[in-house]
Amino acid sequence: MERRIRVLVAKPGLDGHDRGAKVIARALRDAGMEVIYTGLRQTPEMIVNAALQEDVQVIGLSILSGAHNAIVPRIMNLLHERDMSDVLVLVGGIIPDRDAAELKQLGVSAVFQPGASLESIVSFINENVRFEEMQVSE
Amino acid sequence: MKTAAGIPKSFTTLSGLPIAPLYTPADLPPDLPPPPGEFPYTRGIHPNMYRGRLWTMRQFSGFGTPEETNERYRYLLSQGQTGLSVAFDLPTLMGYDADHPASQGEAGKCGVSICSLEDMEILFRGIPLGRITVSMTINSPAPILYAMYIAAAEQQGASPAQLSGTLQNDILKEYIAQKEFIYPPLPSMRLVTDVIEYSTRHTPRFHPVSISGYHIREAGSTAVQELAFTLRDGVEYVEWALKRGLAIDEFAPRLSFFFNAHNDFFEEIAKYRAARTLWARIMRGRFHARDERSWKLRFHAQTAGCSLTWQQPENNIVRTTLQALAAVIGGAQSLHTNSLDEAYALPSERAVTLALRTQQIIAYESGIANEPDPFGGSYFLENLTAQMEEAAQQYMDRIDEMGGMIAAIDRGFPQSEIADASYRYQHSIETGERIAAGVNAFQDDSNAQIEILRMNETSANLQTEKLRRLRTRRDNGSVETGLRALRSGASAQENTMPYILDAVRAYATLGEICDALRDVFGIYQERSVL
Repeated sequence: MERRIRVLVAKPGLDGHDRGAKVIARALRDAGMEVIYTGLRQTPEMIVNAALQEDVQVIGLSILSGAHNAIVPRIMNLLHERDMSDVLVLVGGIIPDRDAAELKQLGVSAVFQPGASLESIVSFINENVRFEEMQVSE
Repeated sequence: MKTAAGIPKSFTTLSGLPIAPLYTPADLPPDLPPPPGEFPYTRGIHPNMYRGRLWTMRQFSGFGTPEETNERYRYLLSQGQTGLSVAFDLPTLMGYDADHPASQGEAGKCGVSICSLEDMEILFRGIPLGRITVSMTINSPAPILYAMYIAAAEQQGASPAQLSGTLQNDILKEYIAQKEFIYPPLPSMRLVTDVIEYSTRHTPRFHPVSISGYHIREAGSTAVQELAFTLRDGVEYVEWALKRGLAIDEFAPRLSFFFNAHNDFFEEIAKYRAARTLWARIMRGRFHARDERSWKLRFHAQTAGCSLTWQQPENNIVRTTLQALAAVIGGAQSLHTNSLDEAYALPSERAVTLALRTQQIIAYESGIANEPDPFGGSYFLENLTAQMEEAAQQYMDRIDEMGGMIAAIDRGFPQSEIADASYRYQHSIETGERIAAGVNAFQDDSNAQIEILRMNETSANLQTEKLRRLRTRRDNGSVETGLRALRSGASAQENTMPYILDAVRAYATLGEICDALRDVFGIYQERSVL
């Protein structure tokens, strides 16, 4: 049986503009993935805990406020500390090119800037998710 | 270069209202609207519109520290801008001081950081608050920023009665769309009403609430939803103010509105016309207002941020021009034009100047301002206006049946209507059914060569240091007394404004005052509607 990809769509920081996060969450669900949406104002700790509990392969972070340089490194550190570095982290939002390159250095798999198509996000996830050996044999 | 797929199969407005192949006299509504200045003001609230007075050119602006934003304001005023509009940063909007852990990475980013009266004094240094009108985009903490504004003006020698300007103070659209809320709906509505009541008595020239569809539209609603939810929010505020014991004609003339100016040129003009018509009828029919000033819907418009693209950013100048044109033809009292670089960052000085010049060219070169409602009587536009009215009225009736806007929000009704509309919109872009130039058609590989404003990363530290000094310098005893009095006033159902003013004058910080109210009111957590 084919396993469904599980994605945590998360909205860190103080910003409340959730249009993008919600549209992405629906699109991923329509593409056959299981989507957990955290809701607003999640701290890095809350996001990483949710990812662990929900056993997701992907975390999608929506950040429009310019706070990505403060937020993303904290999430990447927490994932590393908890041995969750295999989780694919995607960041979407208003991320200047210069910052996008730095986020990738930290281990972010992809950065989707404004105008990115839903299809490009879905394909990226499909092509890059790897299930752990143990789980595949379930 | 990729070109567009061709001609669409069905012809609708951006919101999906059907458009006939041709409109003829048979499509006109039975009664054509009366001239501008006459009830129900479909064609405008003034008989001569912009011949009497141009709209206020008011660019929303704020970033970094109050010192930096003060410089930008003085620059904008020197360039012919006629009013100010304050953009606050996220910590301020959410009621946190710059040194709060939740503010990390956010202070001064999306707007200016204001933590205390001291910051408000700096923000308006050298700007005479007795003469300049200021609009403040602040909602949950609106009473506190309003108090800081009054106190800062007093220090300049301007009395509260002289103050003119606008406080957004529209909490309902926060639950519906923008999601910058602190307290639950009922105590939040009480705070909104406190401000309306206080303003009616003490700052009679000030607009205590700007009932906003802008954010509803930016969250992905249709034009009809923007119109309906906004007017229905207005009904809710009126009902609360009446319950408070105010007479309708005491406060209704100072209610103001804020709408989006989106891409569909005629639909937007129809929306503004329908808004005026519906509001006039609501005020006279439902609330029995007698003063004609209570019937007139005055509005600020801002071009659609969500229509701006990252790809080929210069195209945004053209989008903004068309949107601004619709707002002016639609009879706006005040306008913000977005800058071409806003899909990247807060606007650079050069970009914001160009956006202001766009308004000046419309005002002084295009001839548009010569004639009120120039499309009045158009078969198409009159028909579309009537369609918008009817569709919005149906939504408002449904919300009435649910028991009002707060009940509708509790059920997630407007939230899910907007989420559905925004998903449909995105889907139409994805399939190419709708064209966005440079995004899903007419792409090219040329990289944008535009100058981007980089935020000064030191704002948070500067603000934190200023707070530290303030906390040692001020009389902490009177801060404590003020906050204690506020807690008990808030618990006792008294108007909180006098208590908030006392606390502000003692230099209690925004975060401290919001915390005192959090103690009494609790905080709101939404159930997310996907």
